[in-house]
Parts: sequence; C-alpha cells; structure tokens
Amino acid sequence: MNTVLTMAMPKGRIFEEAVDLLRQAGYPLPPEFEESRKLIIDAPEAGLRFILAKPMDVPTYVEHGVADIGIAGKDVMLEEERDVYEVLDLKISECYLAVAGLPEGNYQKVAPKIASKYPNVASHYFREQGQQVEVIKLNGSIELAPLIGLADRIVDIVSTGRTLKENGLVELEKIADITSRLIVNPASYRLHALRINELVERMRKLVENKGDVQ
Amino acid sequence: MSKPFVFEKPAGMRDTLPAFYQKNEDIKNTIKKEMESWGYQFIQTPTLEYHETVGEASAILDQQLFKLLDMEGKTLVLRPDMTAPIARVVSSSMKNVAYPLRLAYSSPVFRAQQREGGRPAEFEQVGIELIGEGTSSAEAEALALMTEVIKKSGIQSYTIAVGHIGFVQELLADILGNDNRAADLLRYLNEKNYVGYTSHVKELPLSSIDTQRLLKLLELRGGIEVLDEAAALSPNRKGQQVLEELNTLYTLLEDYCAAENIVFDFTLFSHMSYYTGIVFEGYAAGIGAPIASGGRYDDLLSRFDRKAPAIGFAIRMDYFIDAFNSKNDSTKKECILYTSERRKEALKLAKSKRVEGGIIVMQDLSGVRNVDEFSKRFDEIHYLIGSQQGEDL
Repeated sequence: MNTVLTMAMPKGRIFEEAVDLLRQAGYPLPPEFEESRKLIIDAPEAGLRFILAKPMDVPTYVEHGVADIGIAGKDVMLEEERDVYEVLDLKISECYLAVAGLPEGNYQKVAPKIASKYPNVASHYFREQGQQVEVIKLNGSIELAPLIGLADRIVDIVSTGRTLKENGLVELEKIADITSRLIVNPASYRLHALRINELVERMRKLVENKGDVQ
Repeated sequence: MSKPFVFEKPAGMRDTLPAFYQKNEDIKNTIKKEMESWGYQFIQTPTLEYHETVGEASAILDQQLFKLLDMEGKTLVLRPDMTAPIARVVSSSMKNVAYPLRLAYSSPVFRAQQREGGRPAEFEQVGIELIGEGTSSAEAEALALMTEVIKKSGIQSYTIAVGHIGFVQELLADILGNDNRAADLLRYLNEKNYVGYTSHVKELPLSSIDTQRLLKLLELRGGIEVLDEAAALSPNRKGQQVLEELNTLYTLLEDYCAAENIVFDFTLFSHMSYYTGIVFEGYAAGIGAPIASGGRYDDLLSRFDRKAPAIGFAIRMDYFIDAFNSKNDSTKKECILYTSERRKEALKLAKSKRVEGGIIVMQDLSGVRNVDEFSKRFDEIHYLIGSQQGEDL
C-alpha cells in the first residue's frame, strides 16, 4: 500500500483552481470537496490528505514537514523564503507584485513610507533599487494606506488592477510575475520520491498541454 | 521590549527534562559505541572560538552565529558546527599525528534562529571526521558507518541520498563555459527553485540538446540507474570521473551491505558551502528534516594550514530522536521508604540493589508530604518503617 501524501492547500480561490487541476490530473477527489469547512480532508482513493491553511502559511507547514507537498503563490514564496523545493509552476492564479501610489504623489522624500502585506519583498526590492524606505506591515486593505496618509506608496499583488483604479491609485513599478507553485519538503522529496515524482509529472503534463492550447 | 518573565528563555533554547534526557542518552550511547568500535576517537573542543578563525571557516551564515566580545574586544562565536573546530585541532594540537585521522564528537552546536520558534538554536550533534583520506574507501566507510548507526539505533524506515557537487559544477561549466552564467543556475539550484532554474535555462541561447541536458539534471534522482542516466548527459572528463567514483562507491557499499537504502540524487545541495565532493543526507520516515548529513570537504583543512582531503558526517540528535515513537522506558524503578530507626537497614538494602544494577531511590518518610502521590512514580516500594525489627541486622 502506498503512503498517503499530505498536501497543504491555501484556502479560497487558489484551492478551487488547484482541486480542478488535481482532478484533471486524474486524482479522484470526492464531489463537494471544495465546500467542506473541515481543515483536514482525507481523499483515500487518491492517496492524499489535504490540510487547508492560510495562503501565507502553506510554506511553513511544508518546511516543517507536517505536509509533504503544498501549493503556494510565488508572492508567498518570495516573502517567506522557506527551505522547500519549488518544483513546478502551476500557472494558476496569475497576478503580479507591483508598487503603487497616488498619481500626484510626492516621490522625492528622503525616507518614504511603504505599506505592504509583504514587508520582506518590499524592503528587498527597494534595497535593490538603492532606495531608502521605511516599510510598514499591514494585513489587508493596503490601498487605504496612501489614501489617508499612512504611507507614500504600497507594494501589493495586482490581478486586474480594478481595486487600484477604484481607489484612485496608479501602478508605478512592476516587481515580479506571480503564479501558484507546487512546493515540496526536502526530506519528503527523497523519502517519497516515487509518489511525489508521479504527482509532479502528471501535473507538469497538464500544465504544459494547457500552455500549448492557449 | 518588556522584561522577560522568569520562565522565559532566549529564542530557540530548550530545557531537557528527565524522560527525554534519558532517551537521548541511551540512543546517543548506542551511536557513540558504534563509532568507537570503528576506531573513531572522541574529542571535545571549546564552546567559544574566535570569529576570525573558526567562525569564518564554518559554513554557517554569519547572521546565524551567536557572537560576543572578549575582554580585549575580539569577536567570539559560540561554535556553530564541529567540523571547523576539529580542523583547527588537527592542524594545531594534533599537528604531529600522521594522517589518516579518525575523530568523533558529541557536542551541542549553536545557530541563532531569527524567524520563529519551533527550531532549536542549540542542538546536539554526534559525528565523525575521517581526515587525510581521499579515497572512495573513506567515502564508503563514512556512509556505511552512518547507515550502521541508523540501523543499530532501531530506525527501520530511512533513505540516504547521495549527491556530488563536482558533477553538477562540471556539467554547468561544460555547457555554459563562463562561470557567471553557471553561477546563476547554481544559485537557483541552491535555492531549490526549480521553476526559476527551468525558465532561466529555457531563456539561455543554447542548442536544444544542451537545454535538454540542463533540464534533465533535475531528474537525476533514484537508484544506481541514475548514474547511467547521468552518463547519458555526456559530461566532460571530470564529470565522467565523478560517475566512475560513484560507481565504485556503490560497489563498496554493497560489500558493506549498506547499499540497500542509498539513492543517488544530483539535485542534493547542502547549505554547508565547504563541501567539495560527495554530499549526503539521511532521512527517516515522518521527520521533515535530515536526521544526518555529511560530505567531503577537501579544502577546509588548508584554511588551517594543514592541507588534507577529509570527509565526515553528523547526526542531528533532536531530529534523530524524533524518529523514535515508542517511549521504551522499561527500566524498573524502586523506592525504599524508611524511617530513621531503620536507616541502616535501608542503606544496606539500597546498596545491594544498586550493585545488582537496579535504580533505587532512598526516601526518608518524614520528608514526603503526600506518600500516595509519591509512591505512584515507582514500580515497587519497600517499606522499612517503625522501630519493630523485621529481620536481624
């Protein structure tokens, strides 16, 4: 009997897309699976067990080895810098990280304030640009910060740009393209090499074929 | 920052309570005994070393070092690993002892944890260094001993992955020529970022054959057949030499009966930058981090002016212990509860029990408040209470 692989999944939109992908890759997942409110869901027919975590926490579960594999956004990977293998670009949940601010903002300050949910990414990015900034960590509604004067600019993910627009902000610089990635714990990668390789290959074929069609 | 509460400890520091301590000692003794029986001699080095010598020679990131200043203002570090201190000893106090040297250690090492709890900043490593030996036999010995240690300790389900820094470097250099372009790809491999590696490779102006060779590198993981797959990537002469060495190593391990759980994995990179040849890690079922790791480091000794090839490995005791679920605390604990009138009798009984190898606690009855509660901790209680003389003294 094969060992059950534990997979850490981000709750919400990415989870649905990822479940879709897994089904297409031939993993029999029970119906109405996505609607469950459980945090741990077993799918014995597929030999998988899912744990549902906050997107930002997925790499943590995988790094500590309580999950063998996981699906995490590249934004989270950049922010958290966890010791895990990033093996496959699933090409779902596409968006990008960008700097945004008010159109008439004053960008000449000595140490401008930057609000972000991604303080590491933000400070790393501005350091690379040779700019001295002060980063303020926020947990959501980042667009609010420049509007009421908490920060001069923000670093956040942009998918359609609608939120920025509706709040009167403009995109200033693009930092990086973001998609969801399949990540693997280093020990599991070797202990369960066969099962993980199979899963990765099935997903890879699917993702690559999709790329060809489009 | 608020003042710490009395129960608080610095981040990553842990107490070891009796039950765990005993388990740790028992398993450690099994490991040490095995290492000793292979002729490795244990040594100890100081907890503090100079940052300029051992601190810089060790492969641990500078920000992970605990640093302090001595009275003269020199920077000291709490030793972050044992390999660098042993290299120092071998090139100084043991300078006149001829190679090869077989040394072992069992010591705590210190690595600061910045991010969060859940990982210790001080942990014990038990390991060996085989210094002044550059042959495949030395590599086989290190791997076979590591396997034996894991097996003897009773871990049944484990895998040992063996990689080689040289093969990867040679292949990249062969295809990309200049070191800068190879360095980019090596960085992706080091970061375990295969998505980045793959897309970077696809962007490079290379023939489709070379692109395939670079992509195939990520798939070089598995049994002995991986060496043939690696050979199919037409490595240069040095690369071929590495594969021959690994083939020899595998044959030697078969002779040791230690080849069963070995897998080859050319994607294995260690965070320890001083490794120059083979690198290996041991994994146990259910443990999310390597329980043991090691490799060849042929350049480290020259930093201490006694150039020599060397190989070693260390067991990470905290992860290693985690691989044992059973509590396995089978030793019988006995107690003599006595009153002062019968102290001599109690002493005599305790002495004879201890000679037999038992664990026996002597407790004056007047010193215990709740006798029922206290008694629960023991498998057997001998009551020597009251003035009435049970047996002759």
